[in-house]
Amino acid sequence: MKSLEELAAIRNRILNDVTIRNEGSDKIRIVVGMATCGIAAGARPVMKAMMEEIDKRKLSNAYVTQTGCIGLCRLEPIVEVYMPEGEKITYVKVDEEKAVRIINETIVNGKVIDEYTVGAYEK
Amino acid sequence: MKLARAHVLVCGGTGCTSSGSEKIIEALNTNLEKYNLTDEISVVRTGCFGLCALGPVMIVYPEGCFYSRVTPEDIEEIVSEHFLKGRIVKRLLYQETVEEDNIKSLNEVDFYKKQKRVALRNCGVINPESIEEYIAMDGYKALGKVLTSMKPQEVIDEVLASGLRGRGGGGFPTGLKWSFASKSVDDQKYVACNADEGDPGAFMDRSILEGDPHSIIEAMTIAGYAIGATEGYVYIRAEYPIAVSRLQIAIDQAKEYGMLGENIFDSGFNFDLHIRLGAGAFVCGEETALMTSIEGHRGEPRPRPPFPAVKGLFGKPTVLNNVETYANIPVIINGGAEEFKKIGTEKSTGTKVFAVGGKINNTGLVEIPMGTTLREIVYEIGGGIPNGKKFKAAQTGGPSGGCIPADCLDVPIDYDSLISIGSMMGSGGLIVMDEDTCMVDIAKFFLEFTVDESCGKCAPCRIGTRRMYEILEKITNGTGTLEDIAKLKELCYNIKNSALCGLGQTAPNPILSTLRYFEDEYIAHVVDKKCPAGVCKALVSYSIDPDKCKGCSLCAKKCPVGAISGEIKKPFVIDPNKCIKCGVCMETCKFGAISK
Repeated sequence: MKSLEELAAIRNRILNDVTIRNEGSDKIRIVVGMATCGIAAGARPVMKAMMEEIDKRKLSNAYVTQTGCIGLCRLEPIVEVYMPEGEKITYVKVDEEKAVRIINETIVNGKVIDEYTVGAYEK
Repeated sequence: MKLARAHVLVCGGTGCTSSGSEKIIEALNTNLEKYNLTDEISVVRTGCFGLCALGPVMIVYPEGCFYSRVTPEDIEEIVSEHFLKGRIVKRLLYQETVEEDNIKSLNEVDFYKKQKRVALRNCGVINPESIEEYIAMDGYKALGKVLTSMKPQEVIDEVLASGLRGRGGGGFPTGLKWSFASKSVDDQKYVACNADEGDPGAFMDRSILEGDPHSIIEAMTIAGYAIGATEGYVYIRAEYPIAVSRLQIAIDQAKEYGMLGENIFDSGFNFDLHIRLGAGAFVCGEETALMTSIEGHRGEPRPRPPFPAVKGLFGKPTVLNNVETYANIPVIINGGAEEFKKIGTEKSTGTKVFAVGGKINNTGLVEIPMGTTLREIVYEIGGGIPNGKKFKAAQTGGPSGGCIPADCLDVPIDYDSLISIGSMMGSGGLIVMDEDTCMVDIAKFFLEFTVDESCGKCAPCRIGTRRMYEILEKITNGTGTLEDIAKLKELCYNIKNSALCGLGQTAPNPILSTLRYFEDEYIAHVVDKKCPAGVCKALVSYSIDPDKCKGCSLCAKKCPVGAISGEIKKPFVIDPNKCIKCGVCMETCKFGAISK
């Protein structure tokens, strides 16, 4: 390594990896329901798909975590997205394809995908 | 590597390693494999978190869960509950972080709230064995900046402007040291790092080397560029095996990435770094003795001047700084001197790391802005004194320092204030003492250390410290006289003024400062033949209060020398001629009938 650019390149490549260790409220929290019901309905591949997409797009403004039973077992896998401003979006019956779309639209562009939300489903 | 959804940071500092963190890491890896989570969770061995009292500690991100006193048996529960199902194992959380069932950020906990981590910025945050993680935390950015856009004089000016002073204890302005060395003209110059941390109880240099070794490499290379040196030596105690191995790994990585070696950042500047192991002699922490030792000779000090900046290692101009001092350099270069000066006080800028130990709840490593008071360290960060005992004094600066009594709890901690109250910053050991500590005994403890560690080259230190120790022994044995105290004072004065090196010159400090604040205790030992704290065995006698004694005979059974006798259900008595004053009877008695 001989230049500042190369140094910056390493920095940026790894930064995304360690940024998870900064506690901060300015990040989007994605919570996947991972109780028995969630796992049985396929929450694990959903979470993995989300992680892969975050990795691929080098997103540093969001992290994925999991939670227990949200109570709506029939609508699992459930993914809740907590925006830093306090807004919460609940997506239900998520699969891998939907997971990728959620990352792309909601996390990257800040757009709610209405048809996946619990509100739309219950109508 | 795949992006992990959670990072488990396990402290791999010496403190937590000795309380079993290696076993924790092993158990984590086994269980992550068992639950098929190895791809999702990344386990990172970091440097010291600071809360050594709660070791082994680990922190889980993104939640920021701080698990303390973890055992290998707890790991399966953490993995299966927390990592797999997202249910935090509350019983293992550091209770200070739990507030009404919510987890609060570690930065809001009393222990961390008042701290400002500059030198320890990466300790407990990055994997010290990964240069890339260091780079991600702006590592080697300062070196890049210096080599590509600054002249050596500009680097020195920046360090000078920051007001950074030597963290090894002396408090000499670092920039001044650098500028002296840069002005010396010679074909070869050296940069050296003093990692021969010898004060009993101090371990901040070890923690920095264990937790963030690259910051030292980066700073030493910057120093090399500033003064025109192409070679550096880190002198480190062989008793720090983890620090030595991590530093060696870091040096190898730095060479591989071109941060050490030839033509760094294409600037034409070359720098190489070597490790030299010290055999654990305290005197080798003294700068001239350290350099003599690196040269391969017996570690003995030599008279100054000439100062190292003129004639140091191998007779060449040398800059020698302490580990913690170096750790501040990249921050100063990256953020600028003005930004750095905002921390601390006017004459003592920046922060200082203290290894807090003794009679205090949160023993560990704390970094505070200069100017913080001792009260804040002891009662807020340190969590106060255990068992509701009273604070008596704090000892700073190890065997070269002095003690700070309770009246001075509100004195701001900076170089000059500490000297004005008869102590010194020292390398940063801070030992808290409560009412059960005998000040004469403490002075004797430190003198015993200096007597042991005196290299023997000059008479004031070799003979003088031994004489002082003998007098202290007399006093604690109850055979001292008032003349002895007068003689002790005279000796202190003479040794201070005539010893060759810092070790000897500062050896009387523990006596001088205890005499200054606790002369009444010395008098009590000599005149009343009493040890007020009940520590000095020769002056203590145990007795049984016949009113409180129930005659259970437990003490008599436990007494190792059969000094206690009596009839069951009647008060027992201690035979003072047989008693060896071990104190077992007092610990045994359930009725508090035995006192000293």
